[in-house]
Amino acid sequence: MKVRIQYARHGVMKFIGHLDMMRYFQKSMRRAEIDIAYSGGFSPHQIMSFASPLGVGMESESEYMDIEINSHQGGRAMRDALNAVMVPGMEILSVRALPQGAQNAMASVAAAGYLVSFRAGKPAFVTAETLRRFYEKEQIPFVKQTKKQQLTMDLKPAIYELSYRSMGNEDMADCGAITEAANDVIYMLVNASSSGNIKPVMVMEAFYRDNGETLPEFALAVTRTEIYGNRENADGKKLMPLKEAGEEF
Amino acid sequence: MKQIQLALRDEILLKVEKPARYIGNEAGSVTKEKTKNLIRFAMCFPDVYEIGMSHLGIQILYDMFNGYEDVWCERVYSPWPDLDRIMRSEKIPLFALESQEPVRDFDFLGITLQYEMCYTNILQILDLSGIPLLAKDRGPDDPIVIGGGPCAYNPEPLADFFDLFYIGEGETQYRSLLDLYQQNRAEGGSREAFLLKAARLPGIYAPAFYEVTYFADGRIKTFTPIREGIPARIEKELVSDLSQAVYPEHPVVPYIKATQDRVVLEIQRGCIRGCRFCQAGQIYRPVRERDLDMLKRYALTMLKNTGHEEISLSSLSSSDYSALEELVDYLIRVCGEKKINISLPSLRIDAFSLDVMSKVQDVRKSSLTFAPEAGSQRLRNVINKGLTEEIILEGAGQAFAGGWSRVKLYFMLGLPGETPEDIAQIAVLSDKIAALYYDTVPKEKRTGRCQIVVSTSFFVPKPFTPFQWAPQCTKEEFLDRAYMTRSAITKQLNQKSIKYNWHEADASVLEGVLARGDRRIGRVIAKAYEKGSFFDAWGEYFKNDLWMESFEECGLDLSFYTTRLRDMDEILPWDFIDCGVSKEYLKREWEKALREETSENCRSACQGCGAARYAAGVCMENRQQTGLSREGEKS
Repeated sequence: MKVRIQYARHGVMKFIGHLDMMRYFQKSMRRAEIDIAYSGGFSPHQIMSFASPLGVGMESESEYMDIEINSHQGGRAMRDALNAVMVPGMEILSVRALPQGAQNAMASVAAAGYLVSFRAGKPAFVTAETLRRFYEKEQIPFVKQTKKQQLTMDLKPAIYELSYRSMGNEDMADCGAITEAANDVIYMLVNASSSGNIKPVMVMEAFYRDNGETLPEFALAVTRTEIYGNRENADGKKLMPLKEAGEEF
Repeated sequence: MKQIQLALRDEILLKVEKPARYIGNEAGSVTKEKTKNLIRFAMCFPDVYEIGMSHLGIQILYDMFNGYEDVWCERVYSPWPDLDRIMRSEKIPLFALESQEPVRDFDFLGITLQYEMCYTNILQILDLSGIPLLAKDRGPDDPIVIGGGPCAYNPEPLADFFDLFYIGEGETQYRSLLDLYQQNRAEGGSREAFLLKAARLPGIYAPAFYEVTYFADGRIKTFTPIREGIPARIEKELVSDLSQAVYPEHPVVPYIKATQDRVVLEIQRGCIRGCRFCQAGQIYRPVRERDLDMLKRYALTMLKNTGHEEISLSSLSSSDYSALEELVDYLIRVCGEKKINISLPSLRIDAFSLDVMSKVQDVRKSSLTFAPEAGSQRLRNVINKGLTEEIILEGAGQAFAGGWSRVKLYFMLGLPGETPEDIAQIAVLSDKIAALYYDTVPKEKRTGRCQIVVSTSFFVPKPFTPFQWAPQCTKEEFLDRAYMTRSAITKQLNQKSIKYNWHEADASVLEGVLARGDRRIGRVIAKAYEKGSFFDAWGEYFKNDLWMESFEECGLDLSFYTTRLRDMDEILPWDFIDCGVSKEYLKREWEKALREETSENCRSACQGCGAARYAAGVCMENRQQTGLSREGEKS
């Protein structure tokens, strides 16, 4: 049986790289005595796959991984067992069963939401107005520097939403990345699929440049808010959080 | 969930390599509420996190200390050079991982001394913490700096930098030391008052209360306590019953891959073998086994609590553990169910171990390890390494028949009395093993050539071994011997199947000075650190020229410490320590070595080393068998 696990990562855990995060969860599965399935062969490994690696330095309110299990005592029991062995900063939010033949988490990823705040306080040029003007452009050019060449790409089609949020409202109070400055943040919903994904820092670089500024290194604190897949129904394509592909059990 | 404020800003952590080294928060790490009389203990392994986190001793003491209600023990490791630079330029004080609070605000800074090449890192730790490097410059607000571990058996090169040394196994005396600290604090006693009281505890050495005088030629003339009631001799501490001793049920689980990324089960402490070059084989005498049921219980508990996917047995010689077969059968059974790997280092290669290894590892991918240490039987007798050519070839033959085709061989160069012929025999033995493969494994069963990997290290005489008086080779002699080994190997028929590795010699020479040095070496260590030496154990950071300049500027001659044959009556810098075995026994063993005579192991015949006075472990087995007291008995 395939199970989708949704978790949050905050605080110091943002400094754990993706490979170490995988090792952390492998050990957590054993600590929580989850009856996870193993691959065959001489060095069996847990059947576990992640939706999208989260970069070092980023927090997240909603990450996903899929695992295969042999037996269980229900989703809630599994969530509680895992939470009992989590370290501070890690929380299992939901555990849901995936239907037979469901696409795996990584292949399902279509988009991701991000909150971007400013470590050293918001620069003066960043306002709701400048952001709106930036997003209303027909094209948002971004110069990508690869080893061999410079590539100019247009970010605009990959940005599904870009908005300015005045902070100070309570529902953001527990969001680690922004408690320090507690000032305004930028929300963006961008393409995160295997083809055409872009990073929030690319959007911000373009935004800074559009205002004649250069984005300093480490200036931004980024929190992923959700990872979305596509749901196709009569109304056409629609984004939905990855957990909605599964059912409570 | 409660989150801790990190000592380092995000921008710094994002700039340095592996930020997870500095954030703490691992599963199994302990945080406590800061109550009024809490003793804050910073436990330091003076090397990078991945190395330090792999050390069992700290995990044991961390668990023990945090089991005390009035102690909060935290961990400290050496910041890697990238972070070291930033901390210096931004004046960020070194912090402990759990609380992220500055080490200088702690009551104790405990530093484990596992190898000599980390000595400059100790100064880095003190310096970054803002603690005066010299113990005599420390004041009432500085932590008590205490050292322990195998290198504390010759603490003299580090005497200037430490307030106290703990000699022997850490499980036994710390509670008394902490009680003294609490009592002294309650009385408002001074730092010196505490150190004076501590120095009277068994196993505790306070170097400031001793004075050393020297002859004109540099040898030690006297070594004497200079304060009332301070013992002239310090006896090592020893756990008499390891099955009743503390052992961690919840070891800390690192996020990044540590050198030991597995559950470590210490099955016994000490070794019955008595190899004459080996310090551990002497200072951990008598060998003491842990009870089988205890080990089974801990294996399960630790696997459950850590989630590790591998368990490793730890001991100096696992094959000598009396219930090994039963333990391994048990582990294979429970680990197989849980998909947990078993790692069995330091096993003698024989039918039993090959059978076990074929069950727990992929034969095609793994290699067998033999440590003959010397090429000829003559020299193996000198060092009392009981491995014979017959045993090696028998084991290799069985292994080849079982499907193995890779063999690792470890040797030492520069052993006392080594001749060119002994060195040539390294190549001959390696060739014989390769030839055995081609003679016994039919062509259709071979997967290409067999691989014999020969590695040599340079022999460094260590305190409290029968070779403590022996001269060490110079750098040039070391390298000559490596070239001789290489050229002998290239002359062998099967040379294409033999790969040879050796090390640089500079570090071995320095290790020899630090291992058998006296108090005057402290100035050299301080100078080398001032000049920029640290992480000397890391080839890319070791700068031999800085050390050579430091010796010169301090007016000290390396050869006095390395190549000189010490007189049997000379006062050695570590003679004030009673390591459990007697000097008379070590002398006997040295003389037997010169006569190329071997000694039997503790189980087959007591050698009267003196450790029987602890009435523990193997000494009690013998006593029960014969009904005789073996104390002081000569072989």
